[in-house]
Amino acid sequence: MDINLRHRIRARLLKAAQMVTLFIAMSIICIPGLWVVLNSFRPTVEIMAKPPVWIPNELNLDHYRAMFGGVGQGGVPVLQYFTNSLIISITSTLIAILVGMAGGYAFARYRFKGKGAIFIGLMLTRAVPGVALSLPLFIVMARTGLIDTHIGLIIVYVAMNVPFTIWLIDGFFRQVPRELAEAAEIDGCTRWQAFWKVEFPVARAGVASAGIFAFLTSWNEYALASQLTRSTFSKTMPVGLRDFTSEFTINWGGMCALAVLMIIPALILTFLVQKHLIAGLTFGGVKG
Amino acid sequence: MSRLKLPQWFVLLLPAIIILSAVVLIPLLLSLYSSFTPYRLTRPETLYKWIGTFNYEKAITNANFWAAFGRTVLLLTIALNVEMLLGLGLALLVNRVTWGQRGLRTLMMFPMMFSPVLVGFQFKFIFNDNVGLVNNALQSLGFSDVAIPWLVDANLAMFSIIFAEVWTSTSVFAILILAGLFAIPRDPLEAAKVDGCTPWQTFRHITLPYLMPFIYIALAIRSLDVARAYDIVQIMTNGGPARRTELIWTMIGRTGYVDAKMGYANAMGYISIFLAIFFTIYFFKKLNAARTELGMGG
Repeated sequence: MDINLRHRIRARLLKAAQMVTLFIAMSIICIPGLWVVLNSFRPTVEIMAKPPVWIPNELNLDHYRAMFGGVGQGGVPVLQYFTNSLIISITSTLIAILVGMAGGYAFARYRFKGKGAIFIGLMLTRAVPGVALSLPLFIVMARTGLIDTHIGLIIVYVAMNVPFTIWLIDGFFRQVPRELAEAAEIDGCTRWQAFWKVEFPVARAGVASAGIFAFLTSWNEYALASQLTRSTFSKTMPVGLRDFTSEFTINWGGMCALAVLMIIPALILTFLVQKHLIAGLTFGGVKG
Repeated sequence: MSRLKLPQWFVLLLPAIIILSAVVLIPLLLSLYSSFTPYRLTRPETLYKWIGTFNYEKAITNANFWAAFGRTVLLLTIALNVEMLLGLGLALLVNRVTWGQRGLRTLMMFPMMFSPVLVGFQFKFIFNDNVGLVNNALQSLGFSDVAIPWLVDANLAMFSIIFAEVWTSTSVFAILILAGLFAIPRDPLEAAKVDGCTPWQTFRHITLPYLMPFIYIALAIRSLDVARAYDIVQIMTNGGPARRTELIWTMIGRTGYVDAKMGYANAMGYISIFLAIFFTIYFFKKLNAARTELGMGG
């Protein structure tokens, strides 16, 4: 066998091995999610069947119907949880963006003493484990009457999101050349005008993706919400998932249906911003 | 009287500082104080009794606490390393694909959208010994005819938890490392090829050093919320059965809310906070070092 042929075969084999590995990796990434989606359409009998039913005989919307059917028929007040989640996530995101924009701009444009230390300090507040923080927050909120309210959770989520939005927005403003704003100021803008008319439009996409990141964090948060909410009036969807579990049994089908409802908004939003998100994290970090 | 003029940067940072002090700093000071008292939720007057470092001594002499602490460090070390290696591998593989790369990248982000609670439930379902996907598959394919107790056996439960944790977070590493791969300049790679480097040498001496800052960004981001694993563990096993998968966080939650011993729980909470801060500062330091090495510092 001549050496060229051998080389070509080796290259082919290598290529094939790569494709197979990639295929397996992608399957592992996708199958758990698809399994949840599939089971949300299957009747409970089939989910619990032993031996397992691999090819679904019947797919229906029963779990979704039960979920929206309200309390009383084994239903969980999903719509209420959905609205709670929506109100809390959107409000806290808007506030976090405003606060984060001010902070991010300060880090990107001003030089001051102890900048690095303040930055790390802000980041560290994010590193405090949710459970550890939830204990004292629970005490404070119980005293101030903020427990089990939307406002209480909104304030907490703003604080949770601010460090990260500052990081992202800082990165985006850094990519806007300083000269742009300076030129605007020479042309007679105030610094405030220069910011809104020149710098903000350039960094807008980045700010939006920071917002979506903040939204997703609030949307998915569980450790704090599970302690700071008690009733259907303030429970968010991640906490609501637990309504499907009782002492000994779990309503898997219903839970899968709620899970699908939780993922859909997250899915759409993530796809919208994926490009900006990656750029923001890496530039903010590398060119720090 | 002239008005006190604060520097602009401070005014801009003020909202962030205020909200973070109100929600994080002040509660943490309160919890620091209460960790020196025998505070119980059910008896508010216990908040005013000072007992010194009793709670800390109790935690430090408690074998269960150290077991949970060790398990937490073990989980973090294994999970972060595996995530980094798998993420690197995945990014390198996807980088080589020439057709349909955008689609693959989108698929890769799939697990990032899942709430950790959801991941917990999802894998609780998949690893369920009776109706779970894994056991069903193993039994149907004839590899095993007994139900494997994935979430009951100590080692298997730890494995399942790490699997769930790795499943969610590998994509964070893969995505960021892929961004790094795109940013590598072509010239050094071509020069290496001309000089006759083997693929491994090229990777080891050119690609990897360029990727290091990206790897550390990913580690820094992950270290900011390593405690997210709490959600997964609490749902999958809640530290059980019989404390076999107890992590420091589930132990804090149980002591604080179920046993209502807030003071003691806060003392353990502080130890966990220092653990988190240690991880974060470590990775931010590494990030800075990697940046300066590439001449991007400043």
